[in-house]
Amino acid sequence: MPDAFTTLTAVAAPLDMSNVDTDQIIPARFMRRPRDERYAQYGFHDLRFTPEGAARPDFVLNRPPFDQAGILIASRNFGVGSSREAAVYALLAMGFRCVIAESFGDIFFSNALKNGLLPVRLPEDTCRSLRQHAAEHPGSRLTVDLAANIVTDAEGNAHAFTIPPFARDCLLRGLDEIGMTLTLLPAIEAFEAARG
Amino acid sequence: MPRTLFEKIWDAHVVHRRDDGLCLLYVDRHYFHEGSFHAFNMLRAKGLKVRRPDLSFGFGDHYVPTRGRETAAIPDPEIRGIVETFEKNAKEAGIQAFEIADPRQGIVHVAGPELGLTLPGMTVVCGDSHTSSHGALGALAFGIGASEVAHVLATQTIWQSKPRQIRIAFEGTLPAGSTAKDMALALIAEIGTGGALGGAIEFMGSAVRALSVEARLTLCNMAIEAGARTGMVAPDATTLAWLQGRPFAKPVDIAPLHSDDGAAFDRDATLDAARIAPMATWGTSPEEAVPLSGRVPRPEDAPDEARQKAWRGSLDYMGLSGGERLSDVKVDRVFLGSCTNSRLEDLRAAAAVLQGRRIAVPMLVSPGSTAIKREAEAEGLDRIFREAGASWEESGCSLCVSMNGDSVAEGERCASTSNRNFRGRQGRGARTHLVSPASAAASALAGRLVAAEA
Ligand code: SF4
Repeated sequence: MPDAFTTLTAVAAPLDMSNVDTDQIIPARFMRRPRDERYAQYGFHDLRFTPEGAARPDFVLNRPPFDQAGILIASRNFGVGSSREAAVYALLAMGFRCVIAESFGDIFFSNALKNGLLPVRLPEDTCRSLRQHAAEHPGSRLTVDLAANIVTDAEGNAHAFTIPPFARDCLLRGLDEIGMTLTLLPAIEAFEAARG
Repeated sequence: MPRTLFEKIWDAHVVHRRDDGLCLLYVDRHYFHEGSFHAFNMLRAKGLKVRRPDLSFGFGDHYVPTRGRETAAIPDPEIRGIVETFEKNAKEAGIQAFEIADPRQGIVHVAGPELGLTLPGMTVVCGDSHTSSHGALGALAFGIGASEVAHVLATQTIWQSKPRQIRIAFEGTLPAGSTAKDMALALIAEIGTGGALGGAIEFMGSAVRALSVEARLTLCNMAIEAGARTGMVAPDATTLAWLQGRPFAKPVDIAPLHSDDGAAFDRDATLDAARIAPMATWGTSPEEAVPLSGRVPRPEDAPDEARQKAWRGSLDYMGLSGGERLSDVKVDRVFLGSCTNSRLEDLRAAAAVLQGRRIAVPMLVSPGSTAIKREAEAEGLDRIFREAGASWEESGCSLCVSMNGDSVAEGERCASTSNRNFRGRQGRGARTHLVSPASAAASALAGRLVAAEA
């Protein structure tokens, strides 16, 4: 059960790569592991670490203050590919609560919503300027207000976004979707009965 | 009002519709595999039971070894643990699971249809993105994440917003030597990996009608690589003939299962099938594909700055400079398998190319199901593969996703019949070129990326 999501103010890290697929967010070999704190190490593993296990200094999320970021500003088609929800677990374990991108892989988008990782779609130009600003002013913060559907950047500009209403409602109130659906059990049973 | 095939199946499964349009859909068929353990854990944590164990089926495929068929003999303890957990979860929930040693075992998207468990008009979900494959039978099928799997297990339903309707027609006759895999790669190269983002594709046109069910499964399998949530083909006489006599199949009335004349699509594209050549990917995204007779593109030729940057990154990872002929690119190994291309028809196509010849680089063949393996052996295909020098192994996802211990070494180049050429997909630092089964076999003979002679 994810915690309720209302507003978040956090350091934003720019990830200037398009088509970041879920195999890159968490390589398959880690997926056999149960969900625990080690997922923080698995996130972007092969981009973050050399085969010998040393942190690559050139990878943005290894550099302070970006290693403390709570918001990731990505690019086109983030989370494309496999349905592995472990990609969301890894991002959460790394400390992210929000990913901003031009577009998202379809299944990743819903996996994120169901786990309290807010996927925010903003236009290409906005993503680019947010990434640029974050890169030029390391440590600058963004505020994401889910109740108002607004991202506010470090210069005070507001960027509106939309989230599907049911998922937004569940996030704002920290509701459990399965529990909500089970209140519709009579309708499910009626559907089954009607089909025989 | 005229409706699309998708809309007809959708409407028939709506349990509840919210004012905002979000629908609770009934799920006719749920498949799962070893990777679905997170969902069972979630269910346990909430103290919930599986509501309809009779509508779920499990397949041991993602983690099973391609050598050996005994759970207890899996050498890696972590992998063995995952397979054991899968078997235990199914047993505890009272769900039928086709375990590693079961003659009905296979890759979920190969064995499910083959057993007659996926039927026209059904809603089908599975915690694997290539669930779109099942749309080949005229089902509404899509991949879901672990939280959604838990939701399906607990409620037998799923919340969905209606996707955009996309119509993709392949008209004309596919040239000899080109296959459904080449159609898929040519389509994705044209519209991009985001080209059908979040949409539902219906494949139509004379070239699609002419495809076997096996080939339709390949095409719908790759719909997800164009960004689509699902792909489907309207069921016809070919579909019904294919389903005939399958163990779990039941009679279905397919008469209403087609898009009505005048049904509205949000996007429409037509491709000339006669112009589709055998294709290969050169980069790290399925959209980075060109005909095998061509050259690797140069970053300077990219249509925009973003792509130029992406292409440079892909070329760098792939160890290519751009501009080289594909036929000059040497491969280190070949993989024939995965739910995209491991059915009997695929094995036959590859065997026809290999017959009486010797491969130049190692080739792993993993049939899509244990049943397919047996059928291929009955036809003598295994002999052709073995005599050519290939390894003929057991069924599983194997090198499609490299979870079972099979992997391609760092820096090695693999011609593969699977569906994703993502960085590291076949192992850390592995370089993948997606091709059809016939092209994979021809590349194994040549040790370079080439198409089979038509
Ligand atoms: S073969 Fe690959 S794509 Fe198909 S089910 Fe297995 S992992 Fe998924």
